Amino acid sequence: MHEMSLAEGILELVEQAAQAQGFSRVREINLEIGALAGVETEALAFCLESVLKGSLAEGARVNFAAVPGEGWCLNCGTTVPIAALYDPCPRCGGYQVQATGGTQMRVKDLLVE
Amino acid sequence: MCNVCGCGQGEMRIEGEAPTEPAHVHPHEHPHDHTHGHLHRHADGTVHSHAHAGDHLHYGLGPAHAHAPGLSQARMVSIEQDILARNNAYAETNRRWLAERGVLALNLVSSPGAGKTTLLVQTIEQLRGRVPMAVIEGDQQTSLDAERIRATGVRAIQVNTGKGCHLDAHMVGHALERLDLPEDGLLLIENVGNLVCPAGFDLGEAHKVVILSVTEGEDKPLKYPDMFHAADLMLINKIDLLPYVDFDVERCIDYARRVNPQLQVLRVSARTGEGLAAWIDWIETGRARARAAREDTVNALKRRIAELEARLAAKG
Repeated sequence: MHEMSLAEGILELVEQAAQAQGFSRVREINLEIGALAGVETEALAFCLESVLKGSLAEGARVNFAAVPGEGWCLNCGTTVPIAALYDPCPRCGGYQVQATGGTQMRVKDLLVE
Repeated sequence: MCNVCGCGQGEMRIEGEAPTEPAHVHPHEHPHDHTHGHLHRHADGTVHSHAHAGDHLHYGLGPAHAHAPGLSQARMVSIEQDILARNNAYAETNRRWLAERGVLALNLVSSPGAGKTTLLVQTIEQLRGRVPMAVIEGDQQTSLDAERIRATGVRAIQVNTGKGCHLDAHMVGHALERLDLPEDGLLLIENVGNLVCPAGFDLGEAHKVVILSVTEGEDKPLKYPDMFHAADLMLINKIDLLPYVDFDVERCIDYARRVNPQLQVLRVSARTGEGLAAWIDWIETGRARARAAREDTVNALKRRIAELEARLAAKG
């Protein structure tokens, strides 16, 4: 979804950090994308390539760290792994699972010079 | 260019404002080799795409966090920020602005054609005269929907997103400045017809309300889970057409609650008015909560002022 907006959001965070911390080139961008965040990493990589062009991060290597999905099963009263929002609880097979982890999309850190 | 925050929004347009200069121009060239994954069709008929490691990452092939010894000027900088941080900050500003005024804001989302605008018009008809209301209309182009709302006598602002596929909190913030919403009112935001992108963008609303019509598939909650996960209420619309379509309401609700066990569900027909009373009740409950929260804040401030005045008096 809306990967172009996300790519622009990433560039903005990078530019803000460059101002605040005084660097002029970004060689690596490390992202954390949750399995339940609704982001296609391939589409995001594609958008980033265009968005970063002409910026201080042009040509930077972009690493995607996948964060596994987690949910709270109301039946079991415990945290269970889930791969999608509509997945049943792997313990009880019920669908009373509220996503609790793997919904984030964050810029974790940068390799800069 | 926006005077408040210096933004330029490309093709984004709020009615009554001159179009902004494009802020971001990103020439798109592909001077080098790469692939962007490709589609597969499996024996069971499902189609999906794969990224092939090394093929589509255009930025080098080394392992993650290769710190390249010898290039000592390079350093790691911790960021630890949400990619949507900017949108979320605007959303929080909107939320605070709305809370201070006791305004209940609802973000109505659906695919195109689910009946959002008709539902809005009917909702306005039911509440007119007793609830101060305003509407923000999001569409890629035209002000047709805002004109439909204005015909009811309610204030409406059209936001055209240009090529954008969703409203964001920044656009809504600008619309709020123009709406002059009265205290304890109701703000209805009709998002761009799209079951995917608006799910990720908090506008500062109290609730997302997803509208699904019975002329669509009952499996949409599974096909577009993010939106049903983000919503607090699902309105199943056009129920007057149930005798003519193959739509299993119970199955639809079951699918939606697999994605979001807390999801509330109401069945309505914006055309015949069936079920709208429950929807109006739901809105009134939300308004009462927003009003109570505002009054709590006001009372807390009054207590604080009284305390400070007492301290001042003691010193004088």
